[in-house]
Amino acid sequence: MTSVIFYSIAVLGITAAVLALILFLVTKKFYVYEDPRVAIVAEKLPGANCGGCGFAGCKALAEAIVKKESLEGLNCPVGGADVMNEVGEVLGIKAETSLPKIAVVRCNGSKANTTAKVNYEGAIDCLNASMVLSSEGGCPNGCLGLGSCVSVCRFDAIAINKESGLPEVDENKCVACEACAKTCPRKVIEMRNKGTKNRRIFVSCINNEKGAVAKKNCGVACIGCGKCAKVCAFEAISINDNLAYIDFNKCKLCRKCIEECPTGAIHCVNFPPKKESKNEVAAS
Amino acid sequence: MKTFKLGGVHPQENKLAKDCPIEIMPLPKQAVVFASQHLGAPATIVAEKGQKVKVGTLLAKAESFICANTHSPFSGTISKIDLANDINGYKKTAFYIDVEGDEWCEEIDRSEDLIKDISLSSQQIIERIKDRGIVGLGGAAFPTHIKYMLPEGKKADFLIINAVECEPYLTSDNRLMLEEAHQACIGIQIMKKALDVSVAKIGIENNKPDAIKNMTDIAAQYDGIEIVPLQTKYPQGAEKQLIYAITKRQVPSGKLPIDVGCVVNNIATAVAVYNAVQKNRPLIDNVLTITGKSLAKQINIQVRVGTMLSEVMDYCGGLPDDYGKLISGGPMMGKAISILEAPSVKTTSSILVMSNNESHRKTETNCLRCGKCIDACPMGLEPVQIANLSKHQRWEDAENEYAMDCIECGCCLFTCPAGQPLLDLIRVAKNNIGAIRRQRRAI
Repeated sequence: MTSVIFYSIAVLGITAAVLALILFLVTKKFYVYEDPRVAIVAEKLPGANCGGCGFAGCKALAEAIVKKESLEGLNCPVGGADVMNEVGEVLGIKAETSLPKIAVVRCNGSKANTTAKVNYEGAIDCLNASMVLSSEGGCPNGCLGLGSCVSVCRFDAIAINKESGLPEVDENKCVACEACAKTCPRKVIEMRNKGTKNRRIFVSCINNEKGAVAKKNCGVACIGCGKCAKVCAFEAISINDNLAYIDFNKCKLCRKCIEECPTGAIHCVNFPPKKESKNEVAAS
Repeated sequence: MKTFKLGGVHPQENKLAKDCPIEIMPLPKQAVVFASQHLGAPATIVAEKGQKVKVGTLLAKAESFICANTHSPFSGTISKIDLANDINGYKKTAFYIDVEGDEWCEEIDRSEDLIKDISLSSQQIIERIKDRGIVGLGGAAFPTHIKYMLPEGKKADFLIINAVECEPYLTSDNRLMLEEAHQACIGIQIMKKALDVSVAKIGIENNKPDAIKNMTDIAAQYDGIEIVPLQTKYPQGAEKQLIYAITKRQVPSGKLPIDVGCVVNNIATAVAVYNAVQKNRPLIDNVLTITGKSLAKQINIQVRVGTMLSEVMDYCGGLPDDYGKLISGGPMMGKAISILEAPSVKTTSSILVMSNNESHRKTETNCLRCGKCIDACPMGLEPVQIANLSKHQRWEDAENEYAMDCIECGCCLFTCPAGQPLLDLIRVAKNNIGAIRRQRRAI
């Protein structure tokens, strides 16, 4: 009886020793050096694997950062400046300061502002619709409202407002990964600076048709009249192709252009009601 | 009876206008002619605002390889060069012409005489086709001369003429074969000479017995033209399907017809080639079928390129009250017209009026896994699989399922009992795969 126990222990023991030796030799033979900092950097990153940085996932970005040993051109839009600073500390390099961004829908051609001349039937996909028609209201540039941006958002930060038929971005959830902006076949969505106190001013239209044509299809279209550009004291507004564009780096959020716009195409968000505005402008 | 092997469907034929002779539309007062009406690089504008033009004056010139000339289909004054809506509502550069009289350029032979002798050499023929702005009239508007400039080392065995007209409703090619069979046959002889082939085969579906009989009688007067009657099945008019039906040769994935020794052209293109080479006439008009079950009168009408479709509709009796949808082209592959205030182009082949009842899609329900789309696909693909991958944005996987081989015939969507938008999704996948491939080439 004791011999059975002895033999089994011996056989198992020898097998274990041989296998351990093989494992030891294999790990020696096929050892791949990985910079230990990659794991540390990857730990600091949010782990969302959204692809917003342009890499396949957070690990890939971490590898790229460590390999490059600098943060130039590499940025995690989800983590923002905080995360990049932490990553910079790990590697002992200074992070570029980039202001937090957010997706902005630059179209206000809602159901109330346009009239549908034709109806689209088919796959609920903006790219397909844009191949078949300009849009139900006739604008060849504006939002189609079928929600391709919604389907690619991995953070549940964008949704179609049933009433207006346009996508709306949830400021608290948007991480500026750019997935929606890349998917939109019309390039309606732009990544803009979040702005001081989350306040932003932008032209909510990207129609570059001539004023009269644009206005015919949509009541709130930018007609490229140039009044906003004239009134802007900071040269933040440029007019190209019958369309005004506000450079968010130059805009000082004074809101003069909004009052000037004859069609109401310029929008501001998160500003307090007008009465207190004077102090706010001075403060900002 | 010959036909292609895989898949295909047989929709209701509805060739309502097949007995209506071709009428000629009177000239409009104002016309809008797009500068580029072909597939490929845009043509360079050479005419100016305020210039007096005659019929046949060059408006836009082809300067790239895949490109075609555009000539003025009207005489008059160019009032402006501006953007104009196409049928989808997108804006393209166009010439606005105020039509005055009907004066033609002197070099164009306007007589009705048939010219049977082909005096030009094959190189001259190709030059002439290029100069006269001929594009494929089957629908894709591919510049015709390029098909005749064979790549080094390639030799064509057959010229295949597509007179299948497999789309329901359309009858313009049918009428051409009855009314302009001689012109078509001479056009085919010209194409044969340009290609240096001895045999041309014309594929005609057997739902057009008049056309088969007429073409057989007339082709007998010419050398080396063979009529091949084909079993009626959609999409027989697709290039690869037609080649298989007639020659039993299969074009491999990603290859061109010339790789199996075939060149395919439409019968309407043959007539256009005849007019270009023998009469020096540019491509300035085409035959439209104005049809629909709710229309009082079915019409085949010859319309100058650049005539507003709304004017064509008014001339043909106006739109019925209960119309739900207008389609340019056939019901299977045609494009829905979202703006009728758009000019006709070289490849406009019909205005199909669908009543409100006919024009809606089935309500979409869940996939039944019945596999009908797979049976129907003439390219042997699995439409449901590609569509599902497209839904989940898995473009590379869709590419591995040969999504790019899809010819967008719509058989899958036609057969789907669950009303799934299969073709729409596949088209989205194709578009994205195209973008990925361009990116790959750039790297």
